[in-house]
Amino acid sequence: MTLTSDAGARSAPGRLTDLFQLGLDAPICLTWELTYACNLSCVHCLSSSGRRDPAELTTDECKQVIDTLERMQVFYVNIGGGEPTVRPDFWELVDYATAHHVGVKFSTNGVKITPAVAARLAASDYVDVQISLDGATAEVNDAVRGAGSYATAMRAMSNLSEAGFRGFKLSVVMTRQNIPQLNAFKSIADRFGAQLRLTRLRPSGRGADVWHDLHPTAEQQRELYEWLVAHGEQVLTGDSFFHLSAYGSALPGLNLCGAGRVVCLIDPVGDVYACPFAIHENFLAGNVRLAGGFESVWRTSSLFASLRAPDTGGACRSCGFYDSCRGGCMAAKFFTGLPLDGPDPECVQGYGEQALAAVSAAAPKPSVDHSHRKVPVTIGRRRPPDRDCDENPLAGFAAQ
Amino acid sequence: MSTEIQFDLDRPWQVDPRVSMRPEPFGALLYHFGTRRLSFLKNQRVLAVVRALGDHPSARAACTAAGVTEAELPAYRRALAALAESSMISERTVV
Repeated sequence: MTLTSDAGARSAPGRLTDLFQLGLDAPICLTWELTYACNLSCVHCLSSSGRRDPAELTTDECKQVIDTLERMQVFYVNIGGGEPTVRPDFWELVDYATAHHVGVKFSTNGVKITPAVAARLAASDYVDVQISLDGATAEVNDAVRGAGSYATAMRAMSNLSEAGFRGFKLSVVMTRQNIPQLNAFKSIADRFGAQLRLTRLRPSGRGADVWHDLHPTAEQQRELYEWLVAHGEQVLTGDSFFHLSAYGSALPGLNLCGAGRVVCLIDPVGDVYACPFAIHENFLAGNVRLAGGFESVWRTSSLFASLRAPDTGGACRSCGFYDSCRGGCMAAKFFTGLPLDGPDPECVQGYGEQALAAVSAAAPKPSVDHSHRKVPVTIGRRRPPDRDCDENPLAGFAAQ
Repeated sequence: MSTEIQFDLDRPWQVDPRVSMRPEPFGALLYHFGTRRLSFLKNQRVLAVVRALGDHPSARAACTAAGVTEAELPAYRRALAALAESSMISERTVV
C-alpha cells in the first residue's frame, strides 16, 4: 500500500511511476507505531494492539530515529499505534520531530484530544491529526471499535473544530456495515471542517479474524469505486483502493503498492516492516536498534531490494487489467493465504474469490499479538460486597 | 480549469518557505507543510531552475542561469505555473 495520495500526489506519467516502483533514497513518508498499548480493542486492529510491549523504544531511542529521518529528509511520519497519545512522552516526541523538520501526522481514537490539546494542535503547520471512526452512527462504529468510542471521536473532532483546526482528517476503514454510510461520513467531515479519508480493510492483525464478515461485498466495492470517482481529490484514500482501478479509470494517487518502495513501518519495538499491514516475519526487514539504524535497513535490506525489483505479474500477467490494479495488495493476499503473485482476494474481476475457494492451508497468522487478554484481570478491581457477608452471586440484582 | 497559463516569468519568485525539497535520482520531491501536498520535479534541469529562483530578479533569469534555452522556455513556464498553482513557489517581495 502507499500513503502518498494523502499528500496529494498526482498520478504521474509512466516513467515517474516506474522510478517510484524501483524505490526511493528515502521513504516519502513512513508509518511509525509508537506503542502497542491502546485503550480500545477494535475487532479489526491491524497491529493486534492492546498491551504495551516492555521492549518498546525509549524516548531517547525514538529521538535517535527522528534524527535519522531528518538526515534522510523524510518529510513526515504517520504516527500510530496502538493509541500513540497514551505514551507519556508523546507530545515531547511530536515537538522533537517538528523541531527537526520531520512533520507529524498522527492517528488517534481521540481519547486525549481535549480542548487544550486541540488548541495547541491547531497552532502548528507541522502537525496533522487523523481521527479514526468506523461508523457514521454509534451503532455501527461501536460494534467494531467498542462502546463509547463514537462519542470519544465526535468529542475530539468537535474540540479540533472549535479550536479552529481546519482540514484534519476523519479516517474511516471501509466495511460491509459502513459503506451505506459514505455520504453520512462526508457530512460529518464537512460539519467539522475535516477532510474525509477512506481506507481499505485488510485481513491484518485481528482483522484476519473478522475479515470475512466485514470486508465489502462485490456490489459494495463497485459502489465505493463510483463514489470515489465522483468525489475525486476531495477524499483521501492513502492509495488504499488501487485494486478498484480495474473497474475503469485510475483513482487519484500513485496507484501502486508502495511497500518497501516509498513507505514502510517502524513498529513499537523498532522492527521495520515493508508496510503497516504486513506485521509478519516474512516482511520484516530489520530493526532500528541494529548497527546502521533505520537508514541501513531502508537502503540495504534484501527484502526491500526484492520488493523494488520489477513485478512479473505472475498469475495476473495475462489479465487485461493488470496495468491498472497491479495485482492488488500484498498484505491482503498474504493474510488470506493467497500467493503473492496472484490476484487480490477482492479482485474486481472475481479472480480473488476463485482463488480463495481454492486455498486449502490455513492462512498465516501475525507474528506478534498484543491484544488485551480475553479474561480481564480482576486483581484489585473486585467490587466490595453490597453488604457485609453478602456474597450471593445475585447480590445487587433487583428482583424482576 | 483554464487553459491560459497564468505565470509571470518577469517577476521574482521563490520556493515557499514551508516547502521541503529532497533531491532524488530523477529530479526532486517537494513537500509543502502548509497544504500537505507532494509534488515532483521531473528532471535535474527544472530542479536547477527552482533552486535558482531565489537568487535571481526574475524567473526568466533563473531559467537562463540554469541553461534553459529560448525554445525550451514555454515548457519551463508551464512547469513553474503548476508549481505556483500548488503554492510550492510564491512571488517574492523585493525589498
